[in-house]
Amino acid sequence: MAKKLTAEKIKILKRAAYVAFPHSLPILAGYGFLGLTYGICMSVNGLHPLYTFFMSLFLYGGSTQIVGVSLLTAAFDPVNAFIITFILCARHIFYGISMLENYKGLGIKKIYMIFGMVDETFSINFSAQPPADVDRGWFMFFVTLFNQIYWIIGSTVGAVFGTMINFSTEGIEFVMTSMFVVIFVEQWKKDKNHFSALIGLGVSLISLLIFGADNFIIPSMIGIFSVLTLSKKHLERKVGDAE
Amino acid sequence: MSTNEKIITISVMVFATLIMRYLPFILFPDNKPTPPFIHYMGKVLPAAVFGFLVIYALKNVSISEGSHGIPELIAIVITATAHLWKKQMLISIAAGTVSYMLMVQLIF
Repeated sequence: MAKKLTAEKIKILKRAAYVAFPHSLPILAGYGFLGLTYGICMSVNGLHPLYTFFMSLFLYGGSTQIVGVSLLTAAFDPVNAFIITFILCARHIFYGISMLENYKGLGIKKIYMIFGMVDETFSINFSAQPPADVDRGWFMFFVTLFNQIYWIIGSTVGAVFGTMINFSTEGIEFVMTSMFVVIFVEQWKKDKNHFSALIGLGVSLISLLIFGADNFIIPSMIGIFSVLTLSKKHLERKVGDAE
Repeated sequence: MSTNEKIITISVMVFATLIMRYLPFILFPDNKPTPPFIHYMGKVLPAAVFGFLVIYALKNVSISEGSHGIPELIAIVITATAHLWKKQMLISIAAGTVSYMLMVQLIF
């Protein structure tokens, strides 16, 4: 009986991994390239490849790690490092709140899935609709796992072999932007009311123009949160419990 | 920076990252009903977050210098058009990325 259960379980896992893989392909391209660039950057700055490897394993956050290069090459200032990371990761609060329902009741694997919920993984796991015969929890787990593996391999390879790699792939990093555009369009088609999507675009754009690329995350978050809070009555009437 | 200082800096960064990632799930665990306000936020936030992510991905594009954001704009239009037309995620992403690569490598 126990053996049969295990065989059944393996079948579920295989199916979920098989369906999850194509969803992770844009990330393979994007993280492969971005990871490579980041790894090269670490090594060029005299940081041992082991730092790159362990940061990709335990920290796992593209923008934080890239900022980390300058933090690790500057004077020792852990308080500053904490504050900068905190600000950069503030958007994860939003991902978490959006995923509370989807990640409900997933057991132990959820601990890893929360850790691994970076921008791209959140976007895919929130919007992807795997076929009905696929276990959605395991599907999301494999998307999370595959994406981190790409990042670890890309960044470590970059760190170890960086200087030997010849660049002719200029522009491939746009794969991330393209993916966010596609997911935005998908969400747009799903929503009957586009107020929230437009607020996200508009408030972030205004924050970027006012505060600049390095300081616009927190103002964007506060702006989006405030507008959505103030328009709760209005939006709830329109959106209802349709979805 | 010494090796120990580097390890401390990285640990601090890992700690800050973990707090931000786990906080919502610690505050609103599975076994307790989610407050209505958070439930509402969970519904309306995603669309706004995807809008934010599009801007976030474009944050280093300069309108006043270089190619003035023209290849980015064209590639976004191509991506969105391809997606509305074919509805195949990978095709739309590939179309946008390849056209962007061709533009920045050959034209701009």
